[in-house]
Amino acid sequence: MNDDSQSCPLSQSELLDLYFMDHRNNLLEIAAFLDRLDRAHDKDGIDDFRLKAFRHALETLLGEDPGRVEAIQMMLSDPRSDFLEERDKQSADGVSPHASGVETSPSSEASS
Amino acid sequence: MMEYIDTHCHMVSRTTEDYEQMALTGCVAVTEPAFWAGYDRSSADVFDDYFNHITDFEPKRAAEYGIQHFSWLCLNPKEGEDAQLTDEVLEIIPRYLDRENVIGIGEIGFNRVTRNERDSYVKHIDLAMRHDQLILIHTPHLEDKFKGTKHTIEGLQSDSRVVPGRVLIDHAEEHTIGMILDQGYWVGLTLYPKTKTSLGRAADMIERFGADRLCVNSACDWGPSTSLAVPRFVLEMRKRGHDESTIRKVVYDNPNTFLGQSPKFRLKATANGS
Repeated sequence: MNDDSQSCPLSQSELLDLYFMDHRNNLLEIAAFLDRLDRAHDKDGIDDFRLKAFRHALETLLGEDPGRVEAIQMMLSDPRSDFLEERDKQSADGVSPHASGVETSPSSEASS
Repeated sequence: MMEYIDTHCHMVSRTTEDYEQMALTGCVAVTEPAFWAGYDRSSADVFDDYFNHITDFEPKRAAEYGIQHFSWLCLNPKEGEDAQLTDEVLEIIPRYLDRENVIGIGEIGFNRVTRNERDSYVKHIDLAMRHDQLILIHTPHLEDKFKGTKHTIEGLQSDSRVVPGRVLIDHAEEHTIGMILDQGYWVGLTLYPKTKTSLGRAADMIERFGADRLCVNSACDWGPSTSLAVPRFVLEMRKRGHDESTIRKVVYDNPNTFLGQSPKFRLKATANGS
């Protein structure tokens, strides 16, 4: 990885002035999304691979190490390198069912 | 107002108001890759109409707003699973390569990263090499992007005729930009509201990886996207404290340098003297 520890020309205070309100909003949107899932009349998504990966990715945000974006990108990516024999569908889901974020999430471990 | 070139626009999906807004915000040129229609086309015959559209009708429509329009031709990766369609469209493409606004083969690559998509991709690279064309590459969406980008690069490296500096690999994100730049290719960042990358993340990547061999684009089409993504990126970079020469390099100089390797890509003089 590049040594990019001081590559941003703005100070932390300037970045907070510029972006804090946007990301305060993003934070509340995530919180509301999780609350909405809890309020759903049918709890049929608990083992959904997308939700497992999402919860696992949230844990990464709390880490102190840089490179959080790459870590989450890889956590959501298909780790397999082989070609599909044929197209299974036209569009991607945002998370591979085979992704590390799905297979190592606490929910997955609890249900296995 | 800063002049800019949008290297990836599907203007066939946009209105004349998009052209007007782009002109008002400094757009001097767009390049339009051949694209998926939102459904798999049933016959190669319709590609004659499509290639006519993006090599004749769109340049005229853009010119009404003072914007130069250039095109890339291919069968899009979304339809690369159909081997018969691939071969039929590859037969059609050479008839259009001499059109005055055609600058290369694109956007080619992978969608779900299948064997047939790979075969279609390799055949398109061969077509580009036989006709001395620039290449524009689409990298797959979301969870398929990392492995698809690796196979994209392997495919290019397997053909000794390919010169990395004549290839732009588009839709890069944080986990793929490094491998693209390290191998000498040009990189494209696509500014989307949900997928690909945001304005802020694009600025982050420029701060981390530098502005060399890097372009940004709107990839505006019929999905969630905006034709004004590039001028919004200019504003974002200014907010982030970047100087005008760095911003101009990304939105004008770099695209002009990469695309200018095609003898057909020549910008007309503008009011700003560029």
